[in-house]
Amino acid sequence: MSDNTAHGEPELVQLLTPDGELRDHPDYPLQISAEEIRGLYRDLVLVRRVDTEAVALQRQGELGLWASLLGQEAAQVGSARALRPQDMAFPSYREHGVAWVRGVAPKELLGLYRGVTNGGWVPGDYGLQLYTIVIGSQTLHATGYAMGVQRDGATGEDGSAVIVYFGDGATSQGDTSEAFNFAAVNNAPVVFFCQNNQWAISEPSERQTRVPLYRRAAGFGFPGVRIDGNDVLASLAVTRKAMQQAREGQGPMLIEAFTYRMGAHTTNDDPTRYRVAAELEEWKAKDPILRLRTHMASAGIADDEFFTGIEGEADRLGERLRGECRSLPDPDPLDIFHEVYAEPNTQLDLQRAEFADYLASFEDAGAEGGR
Amino acid sequence: MSVNLTIGKAINAGLRRAMEADPKVLVMGEDVGRLGGVFRVTDQLYKDFGADRVIDTPLAESGIVGTAIGLALRGYRPVCEIQFDGFFFPATNQTFTQLAKMRRRSAGALNVPVVLRIPYGGGIGAVEHHSESPEAYFAHTAGLRVVTVANAVDAYWMIQQAVSSPDPVVFFEPKRRYYDKADVDTGASVDSAAPMSSARVARQGGDLTLVAYGPMVKTALQAAEADTDHSIEVIDLRSLAPVDYSAVEESVRRTGRLVIAHEAPVTGGIGGEIAARITESCFYHLEAPVIRVGAFDTPYPQSRLEEHYLPDLDRILDGVDRAFAY
Repeated sequence: MSDNTAHGEPELVQLLTPDGELRDHPDYPLQISAEEIRGLYRDLVLVRRVDTEAVALQRQGELGLWASLLGQEAAQVGSARALRPQDMAFPSYREHGVAWVRGVAPKELLGLYRGVTNGGWVPGDYGLQLYTIVIGSQTLHATGYAMGVQRDGATGEDGSAVIVYFGDGATSQGDTSEAFNFAAVNNAPVVFFCQNNQWAISEPSERQTRVPLYRRAAGFGFPGVRIDGNDVLASLAVTRKAMQQAREGQGPMLIEAFTYRMGAHTTNDDPTRYRVAAELEEWKAKDPILRLRTHMASAGIADDEFFTGIEGEADRLGERLRGECRSLPDPDPLDIFHEVYAEPNTQLDLQRAEFADYLASFEDAGAEGGR
Repeated sequence: MSVNLTIGKAINAGLRRAMEADPKVLVMGEDVGRLGGVFRVTDQLYKDFGADRVIDTPLAESGIVGTAIGLALRGYRPVCEIQFDGFFFPATNQTFTQLAKMRRRSAGALNVPVVLRIPYGGGIGAVEHHSESPEAYFAHTAGLRVVTVANAVDAYWMIQQAVSSPDPVVFFEPKRRYYDKADVDTGASVDSAAPMSSARVARQGGDLTLVAYGPMVKTALQAAEADTDHSIEVIDLRSLAPVDYSAVEESVRRTGRLVIAHEAPVTGGIGGEIAARITESCFYHLEAPVIRVGAFDTPYPQSRLEEHYLPDLDRILDGVDRAFAY
């Protein structure tokens, strides 16, 4: 494959190197306090712990499935910390870090993967829509939502904007291209945040694109930028600017967070069938948490006591989450019929009544010895 | 030469044989190459036939079906894997407005021998969009042949028949039965297999006809065994479009009772269509109304409830009891 692929491109916004060195970027200056940096570190560590626990819970049979975000914590936490409460985020199904930052309790995330719900939270309570499994669908929803924000006159310096999360694979879907175009022609206040984690299950990004993904935006008439997706500061700074531009009427922007899926696609997947270990090693050296810790230690932003404290908090979070997961109740069988329609539906009411009678017949039969 | 194969391995072996027999046969889809598909149905085909014949496509179902149509117009026989039932829908436009209509529109000048393989149905504890039974949409669309398999023998032969069919074929694979095994005589000729449009009597009986297809055939057979009071005949439909009505009619004329079971919701489903047809063609032979056993008119529920949503042995026997109540 020639070198006009997604790999090894030089145009990459990076504010924190893998070695933990700070860098300035002329377009994305970042004013950030030591307190905020400690907060980002805490987010990254706790989000990773939620993820690690969830993988373990799946292995123990407590979850049906889990889609790990390992390696993508910085892209998610940084961008989500750039949002304001009045902003709306549309996730894919791996955005556990975004959910964490938006205030969704980790146990609510587990519900979907445990199979007790297909949702998990009330989107309006958090400014975070529900996870979307069918790839790319949410890009159009976000664009439409942003068109609504526009029509409500809710933009402006202190107004709202929308962000949508999707992956490199999703950029191949027609829906995503249509979303880019709708957003562009409407100048909609939406930021397209693509986590290019290099792999769509077994297919490397070369199977999805011949140009760096951020360049797709130019063809639709809006700006695109590639950031170091393992750099939480770059993710924060660039998303903050993109969201503010969107709020202020400058239209959409595409952010390609160049990162890496350190784990399997989901717990059902076996990446050893299609990718080499050396690649994993290369990306381990770019770990998003390690580089922030290095920077914090060398800049005197945090001491050992702080880091130990966060570890302790992560341990307590993990323990609590294990208990919460195991105690998530199975829904009642008649829950199948709940909230299919807002208004009464005689056909469904009949089916529900028949099924309730059917279930009751087992209780009666049980008393008599059963079939 | 008899080989013990799972349904998944049988489809794999059938695809391999079709690819060996005809260099125009291609396999395409998401992750079908090096990974061998998420269910490993295309395992090793990439290694043995190469990237030109086993194509890892971009993640775009409309693109998969649309380009398969183009490849077919150029003389190829693409076998497309749609990764999961619930992921098919971006391809509805290409399938329903283009693939299904091309032959008729061209007055027979164009053939589009595309096969769409779709793992379908529930029972694997999956998240949303991974457990659906959308077959009725396809059966409702003129121009598509729709088939499904319930065992490894049919899987081996019918995938080859689907590939060699000049018509577009939607090939539904019962994902929770992928690992069910049977002995397959892989040395036999394709011509020796029954046509894929024919139904199969899976169990003989005289009191009631129980029609099922795909993943429900196994459940239907278990129900028939469990009912020691009646002699139940089980018909494995195999083809959903067209339906082999003669096989169903022959059975119903002997038994006088018909129950149809499928995982899909009953409303607008295959069962309702068969009920209407059989009521018309076998009216004077019926001792009871035709009974449908299927899912509710609700979205597929979260996996912890799927055992209640999916018709099981008890739900089928409840339907059987209702038929015998007349």
